[in-house]
Formats: sequence, structure tokens, C-alpha cells
Amino acid sequence: MKKLWKGNEAIAEAAVAAGCRYFFGYPITPQNEIPEYLSWRLPEVGGAFIQAESEVSAINMLYGAAGAGARAMTSSSSPGISLKQEGISYIAAAELPCVIVNMMRSGPGLGGIQPAQGDYFQATKGGGHGDYHPIVFAPSSIQEFVDITYGAFDVADKYRTPVMIIGDGMLGQMMEPAEIPPMRDLKTLPDKNEWAACGHSDGRPRIINSLRIEPDELEAFNNHLFKKYEEITKNETRCEEYLTSDAEYIFVAYGSVARICKAAIVELRAQGIKAGLIRPITLYPYPTDAIASKAKCDKVKKFITVEMSMGQMIEDVRLAVNGLKPVEFYGRSGGNVMMPADLVKYVKEGK
Amino acid sequence: MKIVADKPKMLTETPLHYCPGCTHGIVHRLVAEVLDELGKADNAIGVVPVGCSVFGYKYFRCDVFEAAHGRAPAVASAIRRVVNPDNMIFTYQGDGDLASIGMAETVHACTRGENITVIFINNGIYGMTGGQMAPTTMPGEKATTCIYGRDPKVNGNPVHMCEMLATLTGPAYIERVSCYDVPHVIKAKAAIKKAFQVQMAKKGLSFIEVVANCPTNYHQTPLESMQFVKEKGCAFYPLGVFKDITKEDK
Repeated sequence: MKKLWKGNEAIAEAAVAAGCRYFFGYPITPQNEIPEYLSWRLPEVGGAFIQAESEVSAINMLYGAAGAGARAMTSSSSPGISLKQEGISYIAAAELPCVIVNMMRSGPGLGGIQPAQGDYFQATKGGGHGDYHPIVFAPSSIQEFVDITYGAFDVADKYRTPVMIIGDGMLGQMMEPAEIPPMRDLKTLPDKNEWAACGHSDGRPRIINSLRIEPDELEAFNNHLFKKYEEITKNETRCEEYLTSDAEYIFVAYGSVARICKAAIVELRAQGIKAGLIRPITLYPYPTDAIASKAKCDKVKKFITVEMSMGQMIEDVRLAVNGLKPVEFYGRSGGNVMMPADLVKYVKEGK
Repeated sequence: MKIVADKPKMLTETPLHYCPGCTHGIVHRLVAEVLDELGKADNAIGVVPVGCSVFGYKYFRCDVFEAAHGRAPAVASAIRRVVNPDNMIFTYQGDGDLASIGMAETVHACTRGENITVIFINNGIYGMTGGQMAPTTMPGEKATTCIYGRDPKVNGNPVHMCEMLATLTGPAYIERVSCYDVPHVIKAKAAIKKAFQVQMAKKGLSFIEVVANCPTNYHQTPLESMQFVKEKGCAFYPLGVFKDITKEDK
């Protein structure tokens, strides 16, 4: 049954339904409803919540819980996610499955608390030190947040890798009808006994570690990690195409901005201009092929990347288009949000 | 023939990489002996730091987490929530790890009263990185980042962890020991045993500081470094019990 859910609370309940029983967080706007909700909800289902002393501590708690084999999650917003980056690198290197939510706010620095998408580079290119990528999902509605959060723990477990779900202050704070999937039977969750360090007494110690001091050993591990990313790219890349089959102008946008693009497309088409949208649902792996195949279509005149940033995802769009068509950019930053009319005007007047 | 002294079962066959004369080997052995004796070795969970004991996971025969620098108490706090309450959880940390970069994690795990045991090796220097000033380097003591000796006016003051943590409500047991001679090794073992017994009784966090040496970075022989620990280290960091709620209970 659909109910009216606030974005942050819907994510929290979807995580509980997915079998997540541990959450570690630190207050920061605009994601506070996630820890607030889980602080009372997790004990109800036999789990635990810790309000950590910092984001640094919270991400390392996540390392501990995930390493002990639990389904666990943390959430934060941009400056707090910056603080978690070292820990995310360790989690990726120790191959621990877990979920990290970033409700982005405007930056750089302390920035502001209004919605933004300025953490694209940080999320998709690794963010912390060394060669790694988390899987990054970017839902654009509360229902999609619920569905992706519900599935994210399985994806994390399948590849033993951190999964990041990114939204923005708008998606976290707004309310929409959404249906939470049924509670997972914990007995159906993957068995992690082979590697999880939860206090075994079978004489075979499990070690959770990211130290590989021998160069050959570390290089072999990095090759293993990137083989896994190839597999992830093959299996998990997701995007939505909206009215692209006859489109001459293709917007590329994710999250809440994609919805603004859809409104602009309806208006443009009413005025006889054929516009469409490619909406990446995974930002890593990136739907390069979907964009590349449109770049080869004769009728496509140009791509317009629309972001609440100074232009970050546009680099991946350019790589996908590979010079075949012009790639332009429309962005707002600082917490400002573009209107559909802004995009209509941009397509019609080129500014 | 009867074996009267053997390697603790909890220690693996991997040779220790520590420098000759370093007390890490002694303290590893004490932790292992105690957990063996308490029958808690086989399903214990260790969390080791960044620093000289970063390879602890090779030596302890139990599940081990290698934590990011300073974060072992946060990692252990989460593990405590997940695993069986009867599994012994310990962190093993040096002074740079525990008292500098990980100060917040240390203080907050203590004040939450996490049911874990923290083993703190205080030798007043960053050993692995080559002898830089630690948060516990004593005034006048030389290090590669204070080559004329620590001057509190320039470098700030060292921190006394046991005294500071004893002001908190959360910790159940806090003791400072040393290992510079056999009687003190025996006392250190008793303290570590008490710490794990406090955890077994689920009374909260137990914290054992070991005033230790670093012959390599002190530029001393092992014997000279033990003498230094005895005369200087233990004078500046007095040994004793700083908190014991099992006594307060009585």
C-alpha cells in the first residue's frame, strides 16, 4: 500500500525492510531524518543505532559492522561524506558490502544546506585515496529511492563492495507516495560465514584488512578489484531513456534535475521541438553505451548536460559522445534549482 | 617429559617482526596467555591499529580487523553490536594511534562504556614511521620532529590518558602497568586478565596502558631502554589502578 513518505524516512524504512539492522551516523542537514528515524526503528527490529562522535567514526563503525557480516548503513551530506572518504577507501579495499547515503548539499566548504549535485566527481571517481569505485545509484523519486535502497544491500553483498546512493536536499526533504517492499526474511540473506570476522572458533581466523605491503600482492589485488568493476559495469549499469527515439536535443541529467528536464521536454514538444532525456540511474558504472549509441544517431543535434553544479557529469557525457556531437552545459549551483522554463529558453535561444 | 612453558595457543607460528628488545612481543604474549587461560581465545575478535603492531592480524590466532589509524575503538564498538555478547573484543593500539589521531574515538568509546578491552602501548614515540614526537613524548625527550627534546612551550604538553579517562563515567577499569622487569610483567599480566574478566562480566570498557620502550628510536640498547622506561617513563607516567568499578560495587 502506498503511503505518503518523506524521502529520508522512506530510505530509512526501505533499509530496514531490506534487512539492514545497524546504522552509524552523525547529524548534518539535510539528511537528519535518516538517523532520527533509525534511532528508534532499528531497536524495534532487534538492530542497533549509534550516534557516532563524528562522520569519521561512523564510517569506521560501518567497517566494523560490515566486516562482522551485518547489513549496515551510514548516511550523511556533502561535508560529512568528505570526512568519510578515507573509510570508504578502506571499505572498498577490504571488500566489505555496505550502503552509504549522501543527501547532497551545496558546496564547496561549509557551503549551504540547499540541494546540489556537486559531489559527482567525489562519488563516482573514488573520492578517497587509491584505485577504487563505489557503485553509485542516483534515484529521482521517493519510490525509486525506496526500490534502490531495498536492492542496494543485495548488490553490495553480491560484489562485496560499498554502494553509495546519492540524492540531494530536495529529494531528502520532499514527500511523495511510495510503497515500501515487504520485510526481508533475515534467513534469506547471503551467508557471509566464509569471510566475515564475527568471532569464529573453527581454527580458521577471518581477517578484515586493507594492508597489502608487497607491491605484487597489491597490484594483483587492484587487478582483481578492477575485474570486479568490469563485471559490475556489465551487469549493473542502468539508465532511463525518455522520448529519445525521435529526439534532436537530448538532455542528460540525473536525480531531481532529471525530473525538471522531463517537464521542460513536455513543454518543448508542445512547441514542436523534439527533445528527450537520458537519465543515468547508476552514475558508476556510467551508462556510456546508451549515450554513445545516441551520439551516432543522425537526427540528434546536440546533448545538453544539466546539473546542479558547475559541470561535473558533463565530463562523462563528453567521453561517451566522443566528439561526435556538441555537448553543452546548463547548470545552477549554490543551492539554486533551475526551472523547466529555464531549460526551454536555453534550447530555443541557446542561453 | 613434561612441558612447563610453551607458546600460548592464541599466538600463531608467524615470527614477530618487532625489533630486538621491543615490549610488543611481551604484551602480545600476555594478551594471548590471558585469553587462553580464560578459555576465550578461540572466538575472540581483535582490532589492531596502524603503527608497529599493524601486523597484529598475523600473530593473534583469532578473527582480526586491521583498522584505519586511530579508529579501532569505533570499529570495535560496531562489532560489539553485531556479535555474540560473549565474544571477547579487544583493541591493541599505540600512542600515536590511540592518543593522537584516535583521541576522539578513544574518549567516546570510553564514555559510551563499550564492553571491550583496550590495550594501549605507550612508548612515547612513533616507532614505525621512524621516531617522530608522539602525544606522550615526555618533556625533554628527543624525537625526529623535536630534535632538541620536547619543549612544551613549542611542542605542547604530553597527555596522560589513564588520568584523563578516569574522569569519565563510562570506563569500568583503568590501570597503567609496565614490562621493564619480570615482577612488572607478572603485574601487567594480572592487569590484562582483570581487564578481560571485567569484559566477561559485561561491566563495560577496560583500559590497560603499558608504559613501553622503543630501543630503535630511543637509540638505546634493549637494556638501556628498559632502564629508561623504569626511571623516566614510569616516573612521568605513574603505574597503578586509576578506576575500578568492581571495587566501587562492593
